[in-house]
Amino acid sequence: MENVIEIIGIEKYIYLSIILFCIGVLGILYRRNAIVMFMCIEIMLNSANMLLVAFSTFHQDAEGQVFVFFTMAVAAAEVAVGLAILVTIYRNIGSIDIDKLKNLKG
Amino acid sequence: MNTLIAIGVLAVLVLIAEIINLRKLVIPMTIVGLLGILGYTVCHIDVEVSYYNNMFITKKFSNAFTSLFIALTIFLVALSKDFYQTQFSKIADYISLKLFLLMGAICMVCFGNMAMFFLGLEILSITLYILCGSDRTNIKSNEAAMKYFLLGSFASGIVLFGIALVYGATSSFDIAEIITITSQGTLPIWYSLGVVMIIVGMLFKIAAVPFHFWAPDVYQGAPTLTTAMMSTLVKVAAVATLYKLSFHLLRQMPEGYTTAIVVITILTMSVGNIIALRQDDMKRLLAYSGISHAGFMMMALTALSTSASNLFYYAAAYAVAGIGAFTVVLAVTKGKDNQLIQQFSGLGKRSPIMALVLSVSLLSMGGIPIFAGFFGKFFLFSQAVDNGFITLVIFGVINSFISIYYYLKVIVTMYTQNEVTEETQITVPLSYKVVGIAAVLINIIIGLCPSILLGLFK
Repeated sequence: MENVIEIIGIEKYIYLSIILFCIGVLGILYRRNAIVMFMCIEIMLNSANMLLVAFSTFHQDAEGQVFVFFTMAVAAAEVAVGLAILVTIYRNIGSIDIDKLKNLKG
Repeated sequence: MNTLIAIGVLAVLVLIAEIINLRKLVIPMTIVGLLGILGYTVCHIDVEVSYYNNMFITKKFSNAFTSLFIALTIFLVALSKDFYQTQFSKIADYISLKLFLLMGAICMVCFGNMAMFFLGLEILSITLYILCGSDRTNIKSNEAAMKYFLLGSFASGIVLFGIALVYGATSSFDIAEIITITSQGTLPIWYSLGVVMIIVGMLFKIAAVPFHFWAPDVYQGAPTLTTAMMSTLVKVAAVATLYKLSFHLLRQMPEGYTTAIVVITILTMSVGNIIALRQDDMKRLLAYSGISHAGFMMMALTALSTSASNLFYYAAAYAVAGIGAFTVVLAVTKGKDNQLIQQFSGLGKRSPIMALVLSVSLLSMGGIPIFAGFFGKFFLFSQAVDNGFITLVIFGVINSFISIYYYLKVIVTMYTQNEVTEETQITVPLSYKVVGIAAVLINIIIGLCPSILLGLFK
């Protein structure tokens, strides 16, 4: 059976992952809404997941796909904690705008 | 591996003790358990085994750092009883989180596979996000947790992308296999890119200079005991992991890498120290001094094959001094909502023991002889001179002098101003005294006989 990676080319997968990753990075740097920033972190992690899966097929090696499961579990745990932090902030200041968090300065 | 399992079991036991209403037993049980585990680890420090298809490898380097982490956790757990006095019903949560964090740190230094490294990093980070935000009603603590969460997951994303690229270039997550593949034949460009991304992610975690901006805010906002944990245990774990990663992954790298590391090291030392000069908040001051100490520890990265013992010695000296300093910060700022340096004025009269502990810790961090910090710096500098990094050493020495200035500023405040009123009177709990004095004694003992720690690597 012909490998789908060979037809499309591994480079295209890498470019797509890098574009997604950059979207995530720029989102974290420029957006100020905490929920959107969380989504951007997810985009970063998922671009890495896609890259792992693509390389896994490219190398004909299942390890990469197993790693993706770990990453997904970790990402879920991370966002659960992040949302909990966000809820405590909302309870205290009634907003999720990151720019309103300016109590720490030196 | 047994160490890791034992700590996991201990953490679960702590949670069970909460269920059956034995909260008073939690701290004594944890300390005794950790002391036992520490003894076991130190006795088996020479055992070099790999478990589960090279997932988890114990070597002298990782065993030594594991022992250091366990010792630091014992101190931090001992401080918990009085720190969490007002939230005693949640004590089991805090202690078990600290133990899980310790597990993450151990996974990070013992990894033999990128999967283990990533999991360790995430276990450590996620528990730390929770601990940072554990003072729920305090907006500063929330803000610190949020900032740390965003920057921490950003760094994790970078590390993960780097791991994916390295996997693409070598088709393996196993460190040993990656080394074999990199030593034969040319690699695609992704490999270098991936390694750089992993290193950058780790530089975020140790707060090296272009990536340090989160550290002071997070240190200031987090509950003081969590700050103590971040600036000792977590920083040391991250530096050790960075060293191990560089040791395994950077062997085939071009000359430019060393230059980059040297520049980052110099920047980290200098920027941290110079900004620390104008801080009036004790936690921020310690945060910036922690940044500059990360720079000193990064000096070990310039001589990867020989500097493991020097790095371990410096890390141990820095961490013990950090524990001492933070113990005093905890004692003095208890119940206050800021940690300004003025609060330490007259401490020499108000509590001579705590003043002595803080003086010794700060002098050790500054690198005054007979304390461990001096020999730590001395070993790192002499090894850098042997390898021909004269510029690095010149900057290191200048920075040591700068740092002594602001440490002395605190010490002078403690001993000169001496109005003791009813309000400034402090009562220091016994556990703080014990931990502080133990930290000072360890500091002086390893300062007088450095061979105790250096000999572990022979």
